Order: sequence, then C-alpha cells, then structure tokens
Amino acid sequence: MAARQETVARVESIDVDAYKYGFSTDIESEKAPKGLNEDIVRFISAKKSEPQWLTDWRLEAYRRWLTMPEPNWARVHYPRIDFQDLYYYAAPKSTPGPKSLDEVDPELLRTYEKLGIPLREQEILAGVETRRVAVDAVFDSVSVATTFKEELAKAGVIFCPISEAVQTHPELVQKYLGSVVPATDNFYATLNSAVFSDGSFVYVPKGVRCPMELSTYFRINEQKTGQFERTLIIADEGSYVSYLEGCTAPRRDENQLHAAVVELVALDDAEIKYSTVQNWYPGDSEGRGGIYNFVTKRGDCRGRNSHISWTQVETGSAITWKYPSCILRGDGSQGEFYSIAVSNGYQQVDSGTKMLHLGKNTKSRIISKGISAGRAQNTYRGQVSAHRKADGARNFTQCDSLLIGHDCGAHTVPYIESKNPSAQFEHEATTSKISEDQLFYAMQRGLTAEEATALIVNGFVRDVLQQLPMEFAVEAQKLISISLEGSVG
Amino acid sequence: MLEIKDLHVAVGEHEILKGLTLSVKAGEVAAIMGPNGTGKSTLSYIVSGREGYDVTQGDVRLNGENILDLDPAERAARGVFLAFQYPVEIPGVATMTFLKAALNAQRRARGEPELQTPEFMKRVREAAASLGVSQDMLRRPLNAGFSGGEKKRMEILQMALLQPRLAILDETDSGLDIDALRVVADGVNALRSPERAFVVITHYQRLLEYIRPDTVHVMAQGRIMRSGGPELAQELEERGYQDYIAQEAA
Repeated sequence: MAARQETVARVESIDVDAYKYGFSTDIESEKAPKGLNEDIVRFISAKKSEPQWLTDWRLEAYRRWLTMPEPNWARVHYPRIDFQDLYYYAAPKSTPGPKSLDEVDPELLRTYEKLGIPLREQEILAGVETRRVAVDAVFDSVSVATTFKEELAKAGVIFCPISEAVQTHPELVQKYLGSVVPATDNFYATLNSAVFSDGSFVYVPKGVRCPMELSTYFRINEQKTGQFERTLIIADEGSYVSYLEGCTAPRRDENQLHAAVVELVALDDAEIKYSTVQNWYPGDSEGRGGIYNFVTKRGDCRGRNSHISWTQVETGSAITWKYPSCILRGDGSQGEFYSIAVSNGYQQVDSGTKMLHLGKNTKSRIISKGISAGRAQNTYRGQVSAHRKADGARNFTQCDSLLIGHDCGAHTVPYIESKNPSAQFEHEATTSKISEDQLFYAMQRGLTAEEATALIVNGFVRDVLQQLPMEFAVEAQKLISISLEGSVG
Repeated sequence: MLEIKDLHVAVGEHEILKGLTLSVKAGEVAAIMGPNGTGKSTLSYIVSGREGYDVTQGDVRLNGENILDLDPAERAARGVFLAFQYPVEIPGVATMTFLKAALNAQRRARGEPELQTPEFMKRVREAAASLGVSQDMLRRPLNAGFSGGEKKRMEILQMALLQPRLAILDETDSGLDIDALRVVADGVNALRSPERAFVVITHYQRLLEYIRPDTVHVMAQGRIMRSGGPELAQELEERGYQDYIAQEAA
C-alpha cells in the first residue's frame, strides 16, 4: 500500500513526458568508425584482446549475417534500419576496461547514482534494510564496474564482464558461448554474435547457492550507437542463482538499436531465476525516438530436473521484439515465463515465449499480462511444442490483456504443437478493458482517476509481480504506474 | 443537506430527468420510490458524479455548495456515498487493500491524517463483525465471486467505514433474501444520526419496513410527482404506480 501511494505521489510530480532517466552523460568516448564490415568486427575483437577462436567466431557470424534477411513476421512497424549508419563500439575514454571503483570516472559514478544504482559496496552495506545485490554496470559497449566480486569469489561464483571472462575463464566461455543461441540463430542474434561488446558472465559451481542477487545494469548513452550485449549464465549441477537486469537510455530524437543475446544453461538439478525490468527510453508522446529492443533470450534446461524461470517487466522501448524461451531438454525439467508488458503512447510490443518440450515429464508455465494504453499495440506471441519423445509434457498458459482507452490494441498469437499424444497443454486467454464502471466505482469511494487506475492495474498484474524479488517488485510497480501516466482522463 | 432544484438531465438526445426537485435535511431518511425506467439510478449517478450525463438545467447543492463541477472523488471526500445497485468487481485487488486506499484517499483530500494499519484493521473488523462479513471475504479480491448478498453487505460495510454525510442506497434490497435484508437494514439503521442524511431508492415497500423513512417521494417520468410521510409508501404498496403513470399521460 505504501508503495502504491508513493507511486501516485511520484506520478503526480512528473511532467507529461514522464521518462525520468532521459538525461545523457557528457563523457568523452572512444568509438569505432561508423558502419559495419569485417574490419570493424576485427577492431572490436582486438579492443578486447580476444583469442583467435573468438575473432573467427565473430567473423563467421558476420559473414552469415550478410546473407540473412531481416525478420518481418512480428506485428511491429518501423522504417528500415540503416546498419551502416550506426556505431558498433563506444567506450567511455577514461575506462579502457573494468578496474577498481576508485579509478572509475566520477562522471560515470554520478550517472549511476542518478539512476539509483549503487556501485559502492560500502554504501550498499550501510543501507541496513536493503538486501545486498551485486551489480555489473555496462555503459554503452563496456562494463565499467562490478561489485562484490571478491565476496562472490569466496563462494566460488564467477560474476564479471564477459570480456573479462574471455581472458580469465576462456575454457568456460568457449564451451558455452553460442551453445544455447547459435551464432546463426536469427538476424539480430547473428549480428550480436559478430559485434557483441560486453555483458555479464556468471558461473555458479556445483552445489552452490549464490549468496546474493546478481544484477546487471545496462545504460546506452552515445548517440547513434547500437548496444549489443551478451550475457551468459551457467548454473552447474545442483546450484541456484537469481539474476536481474535493468536498462535505461537517454532521451534522444533518433531511434537507438539494442540487440542483445542472453544464454542460460542449467545443468542437473540447477535453478536459474532471471528477472528483467526493462525501461529503455520509449520515445516521446509523438512517437519520436526510443529504443528498438530486438533481443534473443533463451535458457537451456540441459540437465535433469533443472529449472529456469524468466520474469520480465517491460515498460520501455519504442519497439520490443523479445521472446525469452526455454529448451526443456533434461527429463523432469521445468520452464516458467512470467511477463508484464506495458505499452503507452506509440510503443509497439511483440513479445512472448517459447517452451520447447524435448525431455520426458517436462513442465512449463506461462503467465503473460499485457497492458495497452494510448496508441500502443501489444502482441503476445508464444510457442509451446512437445517433441515426440516428450512423454508426459505439460504446459499451462494464461494470457491476459488489459486495454486502457480506445486507440490501443492487444493481440494474442499462440502456436501450440504436440508430437506426443501424452502431452497436456492448456491455454487460457482474456482481453478486458478497465471499465468505466470500475473507474467510477473506485472514484466514488474517494480515489482519484490516477489512483484508481494504478490500483486496478496493480490488481491485474499481481500474479506476475509476486514472482519478482521483493525490492524489484516495488520498483516495478512504480514503473508501471509511471508508464501509464497520462493514459486516463 | 441535499438540495436539488429543477434538474434536467439528458443522455444524448434523450432526456431522463425532467425538472426534478428534492430536498433532504440532515438527519432525514428520504425514500424515493417509483417504477422501473423512471430515472432513479440516474439521479443517484448525478449526485455522485458519474460521467456521461448532460445536466442541461438546474443544480445540485450539498450543504449549500454546488457540486456538479466536482469529480466523483471530490464529492466522496465531501461525504457523498453511493451504495451501488450492482457493485463492481475489481479482480486482483484485495478487499482490505481497496478499503484502506479509499479511506485514506478521502482523509488526505480532507487534510486529515491517514489511518495507520492497526486502527484501520480495528475499524474494519468491527464493521465486518456486525455485518457478518468474514475475514476470508476481506482477503479476497473486491466483489470478485461474491454472491449478490455478500456484495450488498460489502457496500454497507464500506459505508460504515467511510462514515459519509449523505448516503444514497440504490435498490440495495434487490436480490436479497429476508435474512440478508435484515442484516443490511440493521447496518443502515446503526448509522442513522442527526448529522447524516440517507436517500433510499427502492422499487418495493418491503425495505421500508426495516428502514423506516421520514419522507417518501414518488418518482415517475423523470421527476418527483408527490411527497409525503411513511404512509405514502403503504399507499403505493396497495395501489401501485398506475396513478402516476396515468397522470403523466393525461
């Protein structure tokens, strides 16, 4: 309740143009020349002093990418992207690589401070009531700081920028990179494989329960710069890790491209909980600017009884194209997808999941809550399939859409296929509007239109918010209300 | 308390209220009776501020203040309460959460301090006990899956909690069996006070056996056709509304 009232207070205190992370940081950066060719790919690889196998891997991906058509099946519309008009590498000049916090440019620290991301471990320790969270901060193309590394190392957990992992744990990177999302997977994933800059690497060893939440905070700052982060998380046998990613970007008039790849690998009896609070700049009230968020996220339940769950709260981006998926390969493995996608203004969302049941007695669960307001279009696209050997596969899917106003749209596109007669798949879908009856009823009891809407929306998304770690649930609740600012009345 | 003068209300081209005049004093329980489709619910919506109606003439005053330009929340903060004929379901929002949000929103609007949880819980429990509302109901989403009787009891519970100045009960008796009707009526009677006024809208005289009105007003064809004391309700029960419909036609 307190959080809700705070939400309302915050909503009231902001302008119509509500995006609060829209500032940019004035910092000198080093960029690769504009455009994309093999030299740029080599430039990026050389910047990171990568081994030959990785340079070759990138080049192969690049060559493959040249032959691939841009996907056009999603229900989103945007002008063609000129891939030669982008920068593929930008790094704050003062930080050639991640180092200790004392050496990080103070301007960068201030940026993260403004964003509410704690990068100083002491400060985090001082805050008694908050649970500790280790943060990896990625600014444009490089990681600028990672906290709590030593403490995690004591538990045997590796949490570092992927560029660092390439140097320090090449055998793990080589073994798992591209093993879930192959370099040839799809147009944007392949582009990412060629030019990926930085991202987080996590390895949790056998039987270890990661002692704190891990999180990565992505920030796009430079103009005309694509962000291509790559995250790889491996949970070895019997281990557990909970990971959260957050994202923001400055308010700019042109569109910025963000094409990330996230790969998760869960071995026998391991569990990975991956949460996203995505708040890229959504564009202004006229639909100018905003991030194109074209992301490939996939988890491989490679071991028996492994468990991967995706929870996402998507409020930002001009266009979202994103389908966090689970390959349920190990017998008895479980996949979950909990999603809240909020779209307002001219935002377009085409998001959902894939649950591919390959192993026996695999289970999956999908709860998707789409909220559309303004002139936004929100599509759920999901695939559930059972391989012919997937005896006893079970899925439950629930897709609910909530419409606010008259000019928005909600669409549900489920693909369900089973090659095994013992599979049981359930699909439920509803579309509703915040009715005038509900608004009037709540207002008659004393709530303002904004308070009433916030309350009704929070009720609608409750099942999913409950899946988020507590602190993030509160943050997400605020974010949802702010995103819907101006959608009533 | 409530002064309505020559009120004309239309939805689009269709005029629903055609010069309605009504006065209800503090401490008074006024019953409004009339046939279906005569604008009784419209009257309740106009006083509480629902959108979608055009007030073409006349005014509505609460304690001397013209309230027609206020939104529903502002009117609620001034003490207007409507017990809905069809209470609305709000999925996913626990009843308790909703009650606290509503009460504190009103208190904030009036510049009063918000009620802290222990005090709030105490008040809800007391009201719930007297109305036979279970703790389980308070935890469930508001009105979702409640029976007709449960919904009506929840309306009265909200009224007891919010302590309005002017309470409008729109066909609160509809869909209630005799036991539930008695519980609801007891709840209303417990709230009667010299500072509070009630407008009880009903189709049948039955409810008025339990909630004794001070005045009875016959509404037909979009206006008050006749006003009197409790005996008028008895007369209507015996003769029906024929006279008033015929009178209009003549």
